[in-house]
Amino acid sequence: MSILVNRDTRVICQGITGKVGEFHTRGCLDYGTRMVGGVTPGKGGETIADLPVFDTVAEAVASTGANATMIFVPPAFAADAILEAVDAGIPLVIAITEGIPVIDMARVMPVVHASKSRLIGPNCPGVITPGQCKIGIMPGYIHTPGHVGVMSRSGTLTYEAVWQLTQLGHGQSTCVGLGGDPLVGSSFIDILALFEADPDTHSILMMGEIGGSAEEEAAEYVKHHVSKPVAAFIAGQTAPPGKRMGHAGAIISGGKGTAEAKLAALRDAGIEIAASPADMGTAMARAIAARKK
Amino acid sequence: MKIHEFQAKDLLRAAGVPVLAGKVARTPEEAAAAFTALGTPVCAVKAQIHAGGRGKGSVIGSSQRGVELAKSAADAARIAKGLLGQTLVTIQTGPEGQVVRQVFVESGCQIERELYCAVLVDRRVGSPVLIASTAGGVDIEEVAAHTPELILSEPFDPDRGLAAYQTRVLSAKLGLPHTSWRAAEQFFRSLTKAFVALDASLLEINPLVLTKDGGMVALDAKMTFDDNALFRHKDIAALRDEAEEEPAETRAAAAGLSYVKLNGTIGCLVNGAGLAMSTMDLVKYHGGEPANFLDVGGGADVKQVTEAFRIILSDKHVKAILVNIFGGIMRCTTIATALVEASKTVGFNVPLVVRLEGTEVEEGKKILATSGTAIITADGLTDAAKKVVAAAAAV
Repeated sequence: MSILVNRDTRVICQGITGKVGEFHTRGCLDYGTRMVGGVTPGKGGETIADLPVFDTVAEAVASTGANATMIFVPPAFAADAILEAVDAGIPLVIAITEGIPVIDMARVMPVVHASKSRLIGPNCPGVITPGQCKIGIMPGYIHTPGHVGVMSRSGTLTYEAVWQLTQLGHGQSTCVGLGGDPLVGSSFIDILALFEADPDTHSILMMGEIGGSAEEEAAEYVKHHVSKPVAAFIAGQTAPPGKRMGHAGAIISGGKGTAEAKLAALRDAGIEIAASPADMGTAMARAIAARKK
Repeated sequence: MKIHEFQAKDLLRAAGVPVLAGKVARTPEEAAAAFTALGTPVCAVKAQIHAGGRGKGSVIGSSQRGVELAKSAADAARIAKGLLGQTLVTIQTGPEGQVVRQVFVESGCQIERELYCAVLVDRRVGSPVLIASTAGGVDIEEVAAHTPELILSEPFDPDRGLAAYQTRVLSAKLGLPHTSWRAAEQFFRSLTKAFVALDASLLEINPLVLTKDGGMVALDAKMTFDDNALFRHKDIAALRDEAEEEPAETRAAAAGLSYVKLNGTIGCLVNGAGLAMSTMDLVKYHGGEPANFLDVGGGADVKQVTEAFRIILSDKHVKAILVNIFGGIMRCTTIATALVEASKTVGFNVPLVVRLEGTEVEEGKKILATSGTAIITADGLTDAAKKVVAAAAAV
């Protein structure tokens, strides 16, 4: 078991004929993901990495039976690509694209919510169930199969955490990159609910960052609905207020979204805190060990 | 991207949002002429800088405030003289302040009440919202913290905009007289339409004024734009005032890099915003002070990474550099090649600590090892942070 993706997931890539799309399609194939095709309007009939390319997502689904898509479409057209995937009825839509205008996402959100599709991202590294299925841009070799569920708003910080877990001998059930944009398809709470229900996930590691209130809401959810040990790290503890730290969402404004407020909420929910980014793996190990006593 | 108040008002006027007549002045003479041309008994002379809190802020070395009322052309010239070329310090500029290069001379109005309103995207709701409050002209964050019940929020669909009934809900809760409800409807609806049409990320009107004759007018306007959407607004992108920005940040933005200057001595070059923030945290955790936030992003090429090194090295306070790369989209070979390239073309005059992991890490390490570039290699985060803090302290 795992969440969202496994060895049976059939994946297409929207934007497969682009340089980045092709590179990562090959990376996913090398990892063992069941890539079944790709979509680029106007390039239907071509072949990339021995996979058929289609003009539309609907055609790709009809011919390949795909039930997941990874989107590498450029930012100006990415919202449209998400809508097309949702309209084609793909249950899992993973948008890797960085730099989509927020208003475009505000138009997409209600459509996604009214559909049966789940959106992960945008501006995220993707989803991986180690040893089974990798959809996205994360380096596969740092992961190892196991029982820690990992979720984060930041891509490379997730790799860091996973690498620490792997080196400590704690494998991962599934790792989910939620994305660094203000509007993303899935929240910490959505994924917490999936991890809590997954018998193969025994503990949960989350990486948040300054800005917004998603971490506080996650802490509140953990307090009432999560029985498994949880550890957390908040990035940007030393960031000055008023300065946007790369991610559109990562800004402390008007005394809101501070690391202190988030850490306090997490502690209050009984979550083990990683003091430094080098301590993420060990914080998870502490939370697991404490539960075993 | 931020713009000036006078630019925001031009955009709002064009979008049908009521604003007062005003003119920009870059000399005291222009300010006097503007006062005369506007022809109202009282004008406000307002410093134009990319920071709020101007009314309470003052010029270094004088008692001149950032916003003052003028009752004559000579008065306007005097205030403009007190502001132009001077450094204004407000709660938002930091102690170093910002130089005033232009003032906005705006005609006055008869104020009945001051309100607050703003449009922004609410992450929790997943849509844009119009926020309004009876507590106008004051620090809205204070209001939100102490009396959240005074903050009204109405979400709206980007394409439909705010519905007419929502403006009536707001008018009722704001206690506006019935005779002003049509004016409020016109104001709020045009404001939300402008927000969407212009791809703004924040549109703040503080204060929003109910005038003595029952009208609604934006007395101040603060507008920031979604950088990701500027590609479809060339006219707005042209409003950028680089004089208001940190030069290194402008340079980084032009190269497609995300850079924020800080006050420490350890330059950081990292891929990914979360890891870049965490790297700063880690440097600080081990007793160092980061000189910057720099995210080279996922898809940076050799040219961009070389420019990133140039930008970091242009900060004279930098005593050591920490490169922390966990390759995903970014390949370690790209960073390694850029590093070697930069050492040849830029030249490193400070110690360089490099930590590589992720996509093509072995190949990347090989490029560094065989290049002959002087590099301190590190294994893992803690090792990297300790080494760079030690290197900076030794300089």
